[in-house]
Amino acid sequence: MRAIFFSAAFLSVVISVAIILSLAGGALDFLTKVKLSTLWSDGWFPRRDMFDVKTILAGTLIVAGIAMLIAAPLGLGAALYLSEYASPRSRRFLKPIIETLASVPSVVMGFFALSVISPDVVQRFFGSDVPIFNLTAAGIAVGLLVTPLVASVAEDAMHAVPHALREAAFGLGSRRRATSARVVFPAAVSGITASLILGVSRAIGETMIVAIVAGGTGGSLFNLNPLKGGQTMTAAITSLATGSDQVRGAGPAYPSLFFVGLLLFLITLSLNLISERFVRRVRRQY
Amino acid sequence: MAYVPAITRATQDEVRRALSGRRRDIGETAFSLVLFLTLVVVLTVLVVLLFSVARTAIPVIRDRGSSIFSSGYSSLPQNAGIKQGLIGSIYLMVFVVVFAVPLGIGAAIYMEEYARNTRLARFINANIRNLAGVPAIVYGILGLAIFVVLLKPLTGPGSVEGKSLLAGGFTIALMVLPIVIITTQEALRAVPKSIREGGFGVGATRWEVIRSHVLPNAAPGILTGAVLSMARALGETAPLIMVGAVTGFLATSGGLFASLQQRFTALPTLIFAFVKKPEAEFQDLATVAILVLMVMIFVVNLAAILLRNRYERKW
Repeated sequence: MRAIFFSAAFLSVVISVAIILSLAGGALDFLTKVKLSTLWSDGWFPRRDMFDVKTILAGTLIVAGIAMLIAAPLGLGAALYLSEYASPRSRRFLKPIIETLASVPSVVMGFFALSVISPDVVQRFFGSDVPIFNLTAAGIAVGLLVTPLVASVAEDAMHAVPHALREAAFGLGSRRRATSARVVFPAAVSGITASLILGVSRAIGETMIVAIVAGGTGGSLFNLNPLKGGQTMTAAITSLATGSDQVRGAGPAYPSLFFVGLLLFLITLSLNLISERFVRRVRRQY
Repeated sequence: MAYVPAITRATQDEVRRALSGRRRDIGETAFSLVLFLTLVVVLTVLVVLLFSVARTAIPVIRDRGSSIFSSGYSSLPQNAGIKQGLIGSIYLMVFVVVFAVPLGIGAAIYMEEYARNTRLARFINANIRNLAGVPAIVYGILGLAIFVVLLKPLTGPGSVEGKSLLAGGFTIALMVLPIVIITTQEALRAVPKSIREGGFGVGATRWEVIRSHVLPNAAPGILTGAVLSMARALGETAPLIMVGAVTGFLATSGGLFASLQQRFTALPTLIFAFVKKPEAEFQDLATVAILVLMVMIFVVNLAAILLRNRYERKW
């Protein structure tokens, strides 16, 4: 029996190796086929052999940044309320609200971004000359999707702060607000940091929303304006794999998908490792 | 040590109210209101999302009747339906149940019951945790490289080019595997040591203890994890797009095994394809598919919550 269970567990290592090999193999293939100067040009247009890395990096960072502007206050506020203010009874029906948002599929959130957020929020606030496909709408939707993750990791960290610390603060006469801000928050700060890093990592890897509403189908010029369309790493991968620029064959366009995938994998992996280190620090303290 | 009664929230509040002379603290109330507002925003988003979907979807369903569920893809929106997407999504759940759940439970049993604290065990554990954080689309690239390109003769020979239901099913199963492992590990860890020691004490082997003591006690937790991984599999789109889920005309002839090697689609990929179409009628169809998908996911999640509440045990 032991051997059977061991091979099941070892399969996870095999999967990791397979991920790295398939990404690195395709990425190497790409790098041998491509002229290195095209990695730093005016935009990301695989069909025209323009693979400007900074275009898709900028798009990804803009979307992730807007997402965190939404997810950090919403997620941390919800976590603080649930952990410090809500009575056990109201917690029981407030928490499922967050969990329900977590179960909304990303493709559905993408549709919501295109049909509601972009016309009714972004265009209303920034004028109707903003195109319907823009990075801001994508960022807001990604932020809503990341909020439950931030909330649940941060709430776990606040929950882990020993009650004695709060009681000591109350005993000194501090109010709940001061206790939350000056005692619970600092004590849980590594877990809270971890929740935010994890949120960024999730926002960078989110695919369907940007594929639907970011407006980079087929390619994009280098763009730093969040009110315009742009291309992100994940959207670039999907549009390489689907119809919009289906370019199978000898050229570098198809293997560029693996190169972007490798980049994405390395970025999210390092963010996840950093956040895990922060989480472990909380565990050691209490 | 003397017994110290736990201070409950109620008594804290009473003491505080008595000390402040029952006056309302405006700053405090405002702060808690601001925090509460975050939950209100989340709830509003959910309500607006569901309302905007249902407002379009329900008239379409009323208009088309059941034909929308029984017809396949068509380039004419008035003839198109979501049948193939429904069937594909159900197939994908079968893959999760048949492959990801048993493998994940097996791996978790090894990590929690057999493995000692060796360097290899720690490495496997860290590796599982990292796999859980890998973006879904990277699993799609893995599926593309392994199941679509490398194993083409097996997954879909000929014109299918490997972009078959087999490739999609295996990709999704790999993607949810870490979730199954981690939730099962937590369920196993919650079973107290004394239960195992009782089994060992009467001379049972390790496997006997696991089979008759540990697994039955951890079953509700394991089941909840399995159900949640199915919900995740239902909503995931990106990896399926990578392994070539399509919306074209799908072959419906042939038996069960033949259809495994055929091209496929699922509800989320169907939604993506509909949303990308320029015609407004396809957007309306997308809302119908979204409504059906959301209902399926809510039902699966509800099942998980009910399971947890029904069988949850405190030791």
